[in-house]
Amino acid sequence: MMENNGFSSPRNDSFPAGLRVLVVDDDPTWLKILEKMLKKCSYEVTTCGLARDALNLLRERKGGYDIVISDVYMPDMDGFKLLELVGLEMDLPVIMMSVDGETSRVMKGVQHGACDYLLKPIRMKELRNIWQHVFRKKIHEVRDIEILEGNESFQMTRNGSDQYEDGHVLCGEDLTSINKRKHFESKHDEKDTGDSISTKKARVVWSVDLHQKFVKAVNQIGFDTTSLPSFDGAMTGSVCLAEVGPKKILDMMNVPWLTRENVASHLQKYRLYLSRLQKENDFKNPAGGIKQSDSPLRDSAGSFGSQNSINLQHNDVSNGSYIFSGSSLVVHNGDPRSHDSDRKRLVSTPVEEPKRTLTVNVPNPRIPRSSQMEFGQPLAPPQSEVDFGALDSTFPTKYPWCGIQLKKEHNPLHLNDEFSHLPLPGQKQLTQADYPQPAPAISSAPSSTPSHNEYRSNVNHARSTAIAVDSSPIQTKTDVANHQAVEPNSKSTPSLENQGFNMNSITEFESSRKNINLGMLPFTTLEEDLQVCWVPGDCYMNLGLQNIEVLEYFDPGLITDVPVNLNDGLRFDYEFYDPTEYSLIDQSLFIA
Amino acid sequence: MDRKQLQHQVASVRKSLFDQGYLDDQFNRLEDLQDETNPSFVEEVVTLFYSDSARFIQNIEQAMIKKPNIDFGKLDDYMHQLKGSSSSFGAKKVKNECSQFRECCSARNIEGCIKAFQQLKQEHATLRRKLETYFQLVKQAGIAGRT
Repeated sequence: MMENNGFSSPRNDSFPAGLRVLVVDDDPTWLKILEKMLKKCSYEVTTCGLARDALNLLRERKGGYDIVISDVYMPDMDGFKLLELVGLEMDLPVIMMSVDGETSRVMKGVQHGACDYLLKPIRMKELRNIWQHVFRKKIHEVRDIEILEGNESFQMTRNGSDQYEDGHVLCGEDLTSINKRKHFESKHDEKDTGDSISTKKARVVWSVDLHQKFVKAVNQIGFDTTSLPSFDGAMTGSVCLAEVGPKKILDMMNVPWLTRENVASHLQKYRLYLSRLQKENDFKNPAGGIKQSDSPLRDSAGSFGSQNSINLQHNDVSNGSYIFSGSSLVVHNGDPRSHDSDRKRLVSTPVEEPKRTLTVNVPNPRIPRSSQMEFGQPLAPPQSEVDFGALDSTFPTKYPWCGIQLKKEHNPLHLNDEFSHLPLPGQKQLTQADYPQPAPAISSAPSSTPSHNEYRSNVNHARSTAIAVDSSPIQTKTDVANHQAVEPNSKSTPSLENQGFNMNSITEFESSRKNINLGMLPFTTLEEDLQVCWVPGDCYMNLGLQNIEVLEYFDPGLITDVPVNLNDGLRFDYEFYDPTEYSLIDQSLFIA
Repeated sequence: MDRKQLQHQVASVRKSLFDQGYLDDQFNRLEDLQDETNPSFVEEVVTLFYSDSARFIQNIEQAMIKKPNIDFGKLDDYMHQLKGSSSSFGAKKVKNECSQFRECCSARNIEGCIKAFQQLKQEHATLRRKLETYFQLVKQAGIAGRT
């Protein structure tokens, strides 16, 4: 499978020789012939007569294959369905084949994400070239990662003025990505092979709103289907995005101009994003558990999370642009929405941002526990949890929560209702002042107002941690953190589990919930700005951070104010998206 | 017959199979794939086809009996599979009969279907015989079909 960056896969150096191909076809004659042909190309071939078997193989040996070739017609499962699943779960290039070459069929294949469609009888020369799809995907992945990583820096600089360039509200597209994207597109960016068609058409800008709708739909579906058996029976456990089909999502979103393929490609990116976050989170999250969803996220190579930096730009904060890069953000503890388990959570793992956790650094004990926001690496918010969608734009304005744990008034994280299931230690933990790291605990309780601003400072730009700490007083929870994630918790303590939070509670937290733990971002440079880089476009965190003074010390005073709103909302359900896709939303939140 | 003669015979049988439209170029490609590691590759493929397709033929037969309540959708599916299978080794006539059948299916032409099916079975059987003879000759001649 593809390793991130380049071909670090087990293949030998003489790529494409040794390409690991999985062929799925119910026709034994073809299976035999294809096997022979592929071997002649010096590929490593595995054959499967049943789609189900193929899925099992793919799941068991994640990363064990580079590409899948499948027939369209199969008795136990529609080839298109298999195609979708593979794309979603494993993100592998899939080639469809059939004796039927009707345009409509071919189109369908491409729509479902096939990177190619071959007509039987298949020639040797066609098979010899299939490695290009593998290569292409790799390149794109690398690009995506780079973009993600670059966001942060770009973000900071760009924030503000260019934000609304193109007339796009940066929803979902952070500046950087926009710029990059433009650049790419101008260079004939072919993006995913599977989506090539859609890419070539007008590119859909996944605005915050749109993304929110998307997430909502995804969560909804996940929700509804949590108890449903996976259609192939093999998927169990977490609701994987795979269960959530683009068609369903599309239907639920009810956006007339959006196409299924737009959704499918967005979904793929989302998955990828979440899985990266998860990886990072896992890696990093010492304290809090970020709840990872059990969904089999593939681990995307690339450290997605690394980027996460929450950069809150101070000045920009006001405009609310924050970028959550990478993984960070997420935090959604206890997804309110998701009531149940993190269903599908894709991202569950809090980003392990090694570096900085969100942090509001609150070293000082003054900070009320509750106010502490922990922002750990943004955890990939489980889908359900992440409500990116929930983040409403209104949200941003208010609270600078860097770390998010807004606790309601004093309640350290209360994750009470919602989080009840979460053992969010946050409650206690959040507030922890003892939190060693400066976690910006934005506790709702604490001074909401002025502190907010300070909060910002907290928001260190730990990278990913999404924190939107807006300097402005945190308003009622409703707005803030509400962004989706938040709302569910009325309790609002944003359960940001951040890694930084050393709250032991976090551990609980993490374990219990899949919520996203926002790691606490360490505020390292508060003063400059809390940059919260939030990748997923949905979060608008207005980081009001204006100078983060909080830097090193977390000024509880600051925090206190904030939280209020934060608490509730602080659930960051940030969705971390591929930064390229989502721009930061610039919100006026920031407290400058 | 001596070897040379056998070889000639193989060549001529082969040629007639192509000339008469029983086989198409796909068969050649399969033979190209054949090598020392698997000298009877093509024969194996053909054998596999016949054992697999027997199943389809039977299914189709069953479905056809149910007239007039014939499930055309199912028939079409079976035929689609058979078509794909026969195309794997270049069974041209068989493949064409499958297409023919499918056309009658979509037109819901029961009589047409029955007729097409009869022809299909015939072609299917004929090709089998011819290929069996061919492969036998090939073995005797000690060479692969193509020179």
